[in-house]
Amino acid sequence: MNIIELQDVTFCWPHSAATVIDIERFSLKRGEKLFISGASGSGKSTLLGLLSGILTPSSGSINILQAKFTALSDGQRDQFRADHIGYIFQQFNLIPYLSVIENVLLPCLFSQKRRAQLSNHATEHARQLLSSLKLPDTCINRPVTQLSIGQQQRVAAARALIGNPELVIADEPTSALDTHNRQAFIELLMNQCALTGASLLFVSHDQQLQPLFDRHLALSAINNCEEPANEYL
Amino acid sequence: MSIYNLSYKSLKNRRTTAILTVFTVAISVLLLLAVERIRLQAKQSFANTISNTDLIVGARSGQVNLLLYSVFRIGNSTNNIDWQSYQKIISEPAVKWSIPISLGDSHRGSRVIGTNQDYFKFYQYGKKQPLTFSQGHAFSNMFDTVLGSEVAKRLDYKLGSEIIIAHGISDKKFNRHKNSPFIVTGILAPTGTPVDKSVHVSLAAIEAIHAGGIMTAGGDQNNVNRAAYQPQQITAFLLGLHSKVKSFALQRKINTYRREPLSAIMPGIALHELWGIMSVAEQALQGVAIFVVIAAMLAMLSNLLSSLQERRREMAILRGMGARPLQIFMLLISEASLLTTLGIATGIALLFALLGLFSPLVSREFGLNLSLSMLTSTEWRLIALVQISGMLIGFIPAFNAYRNSLADGMTIKV
Ligand SMILES: Nc1ncnc2c1ncn2[C@@H]1O[C@H](COP(=O)(O)OP(=O)(O)OP(=O)(O)O)[C@@H](O)[C@H]1O
Ligand SMILES: [Mg+2]
Repeated sequence: MNIIELQDVTFCWPHSAATVIDIERFSLKRGEKLFISGASGSGKSTLLGLLSGILTPSSGSINILQAKFTALSDGQRDQFRADHIGYIFQQFNLIPYLSVIENVLLPCLFSQKRRAQLSNHATEHARQLLSSLKLPDTCINRPVTQLSIGQQQRVAAARALIGNPELVIADEPTSALDTHNRQAFIELLMNQCALTGASLLFVSHDQQLQPLFDRHLALSAINNCEEPANEYL
Repeated sequence: MSIYNLSYKSLKNRRTTAILTVFTVAISVLLLLAVERIRLQAKQSFANTISNTDLIVGARSGQVNLLLYSVFRIGNSTNNIDWQSYQKIISEPAVKWSIPISLGDSHRGSRVIGTNQDYFKFYQYGKKQPLTFSQGHAFSNMFDTVLGSEVAKRLDYKLGSEIIIAHGISDKKFNRHKNSPFIVTGILAPTGTPVDKSVHVSLAAIEAIHAGGIMTAGGDQNNVNRAAYQPQQITAFLLGLHSKVKSFALQRKINTYRREPLSAIMPGIALHELWGIMSVAEQALQGVAIFVVIAAMLAMLSNLLSSLQERRREMAILRGMGARPLQIFMLLISEASLLTTLGIATGIALLFALLGLFSPLVSREFGLNLSLSMLTSTEWRLIALVQISGMLIGFIPAFNAYRNSLADGMTIKV
């Protein structure tokens, strides 16, 4: 069964003529761990915005968990994201004025469903998740701003996983980590996804990570848009 | 944890600017409420000073001026009334009672009122309340004196204390007539009116002071010949009539009195004119207070707007967690509301603290009784207005954040 199905999706940013995304067909199976690589500016984050329902495609249809995503209202898609998707950003994942535990429990603020998954032991669940992600106990009571980037990303992973969402989306969460930490982080993330049965969609420009995943896809292979002139290289 | 909890924690994270904003709002609320309170209570205390008096008569002058010096003991009369005129007018059949008043002297900062026993019998204040004695009784001898409650308290006078009364208002040391000591025979209960700050003596005593040099030292005061000090002039008098309907006729009669130019005024109408004069000052004060509130709101707006840029990432994270743009909107509205509410609460606390601290001083210096009473409905309305405008101001940053969070999508702008 497919957890994500894309058909003839195009997207272009408002006030911009260029189409960034033009994908005929793309799917992700339940429980699959997919790696999507692509150069900077190729539209990886834009694709994830579409898949998480923050952006709406200019045309085409997106189905997630059998739900006709593109037919839902903005508010329904926001609620859908809260209930079913864990999202890890590239960097600066944590809200500085909340504690580690509060950051991890943040999705429960917006999702009744994920709150219900934790029954009454939300804090306990959060602690367990953090320890299985190998976050040292001493970090839990420190202000999040005092954590290292690697530690912050593990807190972000715990937040994405709390309440067992069906889909975890990670947008280059390891770009600020060194090789050793990068590998460790991805392995921990994958283990947790395997434990809860979540599908993982992981994007990065770092081709080296590809062997760690079930499947690898180059964005350029499915995206029919012209690659933008690479500004950085 | 709720959205409101989130905005509270976010504010706590920016506590320095948040506290400054709260204080800005607090000071503006304090000013707004203080102006309202002073305005209202000034009116009230003026209106409470005299009650059940139908006419006030004095030498010809504007009615506000006459009201001010005869009742509120502010300013001076330009002229006096001849004793004969007074006698003639009070012999009118419409007159039920009269209180003669002779002003112009002082005792250590308190005005001295020359009058007679009728003052204690007929003068009414507040809601037709008569004067009562907390100690002693009215004067019966020429050098007896009755003190207002505050005079007695301030100067620590008891029944039987001897006091010296000076001629003239300036009350310089060399002005005091060492040779005319008065004895306190009564102290009035507090009234919250200028009566509290007055020293009352008989009309004969005033004549005696003005005649100068009555040698009483060592002598028995009761033996001073009263007839020798029959009053020649008084400053003003209050009239009570048998029927209010007669007021207009008698007023006209007094105003056209032929032997000397007199003015008769009705206290209510004169007070009304006084409000008219004061309303300009009132409105100016209120205007200033309102502008200060606007300034505080703008300060809050600039604080929220400038914080927004550094919080773009926070908003993107919340969106990523499934927050709707509307929830982001509410987050900022609730922050603005919370800041305003805290500001209002602090402002009210400051108001009561300052009232508690300074109302004795204001009462002593300006005769204005600022009560610590609960907030009035007008004050609540002003507070509600501030709260609502705070919330409305929140719409501006809220709308900005809403727009940002739509435009940023899933990218975190740093
Ligand atoms: N908010 C936006 N408004 C307008 N255009 C945008 C916006 N975000 C991205 N773009 C444009 O869309 C294109 C794809 O950007 P996107 O962020 O998806 O790239 P990316 O593959 O995630 O790059 P990176 O690896 O650097 O994160 C770029 O040309 C970019 O300029
Ligand atoms: Mg990106």
